[in-house]
Amino acid sequence: MWQQLKMKYKNHESHGDLRSLSSSLFIIILHFLYEIMAVHGPVVKIHPVVLASIVDSYERRNEGATRVIGTLLGTTDKHSVEVTNCFSVPHNESEDEVAVDMEFAKNMYELHKKVSPSEVIIGWYATGYDITEHSVLIHEYYSREAPNPIHLTVDTALQSNKMNIRAYVSSQMGVPGKTVGVMFTPLTVKYVYYDTERIGVELLQRTRASPSRTNGLTTDLAQVASAAGRVQEMLTTVLSYIEDILSGKVMADNSVGRFLMDLVNKVPKITAEDFESMLNSNINDLLMVTYLANLTQAQIALNEKLVVL
Amino acid sequence: MCFGPFPLHQTMASRKESAASGSSPLETPVKQIQIDGLVVLKIIKHYQEEGQGSEVVQGVLLGLVVEDSLEITNCFPFPQHTEDDVDFDEVQYQMEMMRSLRHVNIDHLHVGWYQSTHYGSFVSRALLDSQFSYQHAIEESVVLIYDPIKTAQGSLCLKAYRLTPKLMEICKEKDFSPEGLKKACIGFEIMFEEVPIVIKNSHLINVLLLDLQEKSTVADKHELLNLSSSNHLEKSLQLLMDRVDDMNQDIGKYNTYCRNLSKQQQQKQQYLQRRQQENTQRQSRGEPPLPEEDISKMFKPPQAPPRMDTLLIAGQVNNYCQNIKEFTSQNLGKLFMAEALQGHSS
Repeated sequence: MWQQLKMKYKNHESHGDLRSLSSSLFIIILHFLYEIMAVHGPVVKIHPVVLASIVDSYERRNEGATRVIGTLLGTTDKHSVEVTNCFSVPHNESEDEVAVDMEFAKNMYELHKKVSPSEVIIGWYATGYDITEHSVLIHEYYSREAPNPIHLTVDTALQSNKMNIRAYVSSQMGVPGKTVGVMFTPLTVKYVYYDTERIGVELLQRTRASPSRTNGLTTDLAQVASAAGRVQEMLTTVLSYIEDILSGKVMADNSVGRFLMDLVNKVPKITAEDFESMLNSNINDLLMVTYLANLTQAQIALNEKLVVL
Repeated sequence: MCFGPFPLHQTMASRKESAASGSSPLETPVKQIQIDGLVVLKIIKHYQEEGQGSEVVQGVLLGLVVEDSLEITNCFPFPQHTEDDVDFDEVQYQMEMMRSLRHVNIDHLHVGWYQSTHYGSFVSRALLDSQFSYQHAIEESVVLIYDPIKTAQGSLCLKAYRLTPKLMEICKEKDFSPEGLKKACIGFEIMFEEVPIVIKNSHLINVLLLDLQEKSTVADKHELLNLSSSNHLEKSLQLLMDRVDDMNQDIGKYNTYCRNLSKQQQQKQQYLQRRQQENTQRQSRGEPPLPEEDISKMFKPPQAPPRMDTLLIAGQVNNYCQNIKEFTSQNLGKLFMAEALQGHSS
């Protein structure tokens, strides 16, 4: 980056054109900022349901459409914007013009407001990698709906082998009074989950593994067994790490050591008799409840039969 | 609270035609349900945001039927019924939503509805009515019951139910008296049938999930292995006790009805006997016999209590018991694991 800057400076020194130097410097600084993803605005927190919705509407796009756009709904506060819902908006895009169905967007927003009155329009999304001139127009429209709207891009064409999910906010740039332009500054994106959402997403992650891309919901004891399996895996990883340290292959790290100490101390130290009694009373409670539940079920079955007699 | 399908009439008519002309009406129309991951996430979000502390949240499921499985590809939530019921038109909301979704190529066919539940208490008259009206119009429709409390304990609890054909017949007849139910031979166990669920994701969603996994922080709450059970158990048992009390009352009512009926029968018999005796006496004395009076007008039969509620309560009690048993078995497993961790095993 700095070499480029130096070369440009040398070039321009020989040409003596200061204005083009400053503009090229400006562009270089922009690129620099892009690369380090500077935080010039609120943090964008996205729920996975929004991303799944976007991907789904991309899959269902009309013939010939290269990208899909839609509105983002959510809540804002001082330092962050939380995106909790979205819906897609039909639009037509060609080389020179873009048409977005505004009526539709308004209607859908009204309907959504009936269900969750606390969600407001906070921006819009588009699939695809680049930001085009059409995006600027659409962004202008959305800035009428919401103060400082967020623009989210999701690269569903997987141009860089990853689904790049980026968020931008627009800001003025250029020489004031003369040509003014709009620049999209990137924002940091975080994923937030409700607890239940996390559990739902974990279940969905498991469907990735199976070859037919499907997964049934497991029964009760099997779930406990799989959770225990996961803990066991984690323990084996930790154990192998410790072995490596003991045999000298890996340098010992003090902070990790402290965590390990924490882990070992978490298992409570109870005397054998106390633990036995606690365990037994708990087991007795559970067995009694199971017995009562079975009894109740037998009772109502009997009642059923007696009535029919 | 209950709402039925207000179908786009053209689609409904065409569906019925094709069902009649095409394959014969299937005994078990749909063998399994295939849900998109998106639907699961939406249902979770809807409850999380709008359902805290209040009653159930409901919504509509959209999708299509493919061979022998029902695919649910999208859903949208229904607003809660609040005081301003007057100016809110459910039908209009539904129609508008479906029309708008059609514009963006989302499947707009109604295939069922979903509801959240509180500790498993969903077997109620309202649910029965709603599901009946849905199934009457759309044969394969199901109701998805989402249990958020059980989900928060570690694993997603989503079940799909459908009314059995027998129950459908009874609801059609609307004959809920004891004789009617006896004729139909229905028990609480064959009221609802559960349909197995399978979750499916498209490839692009899988890519998204991979991305999410890399970028998200690891969960710091592992609820599934939580040992504290007494709170949840207490609440479930409380609900179970309430239901059993209800059932008790109901049975008491039925018993009094039976007793009244038999007493009345006895009285009728006695009256007839007395009549006959008098008649023979009169005949022996040569007087004309007394006219036969209409007995049914004299002894009006007592009102038979409707048995549908008992059936529902029995079904609910059964459900509670099932849930409790599942919960206790899980906890027993966890307790044994804790024992192993202590290293006191002999």
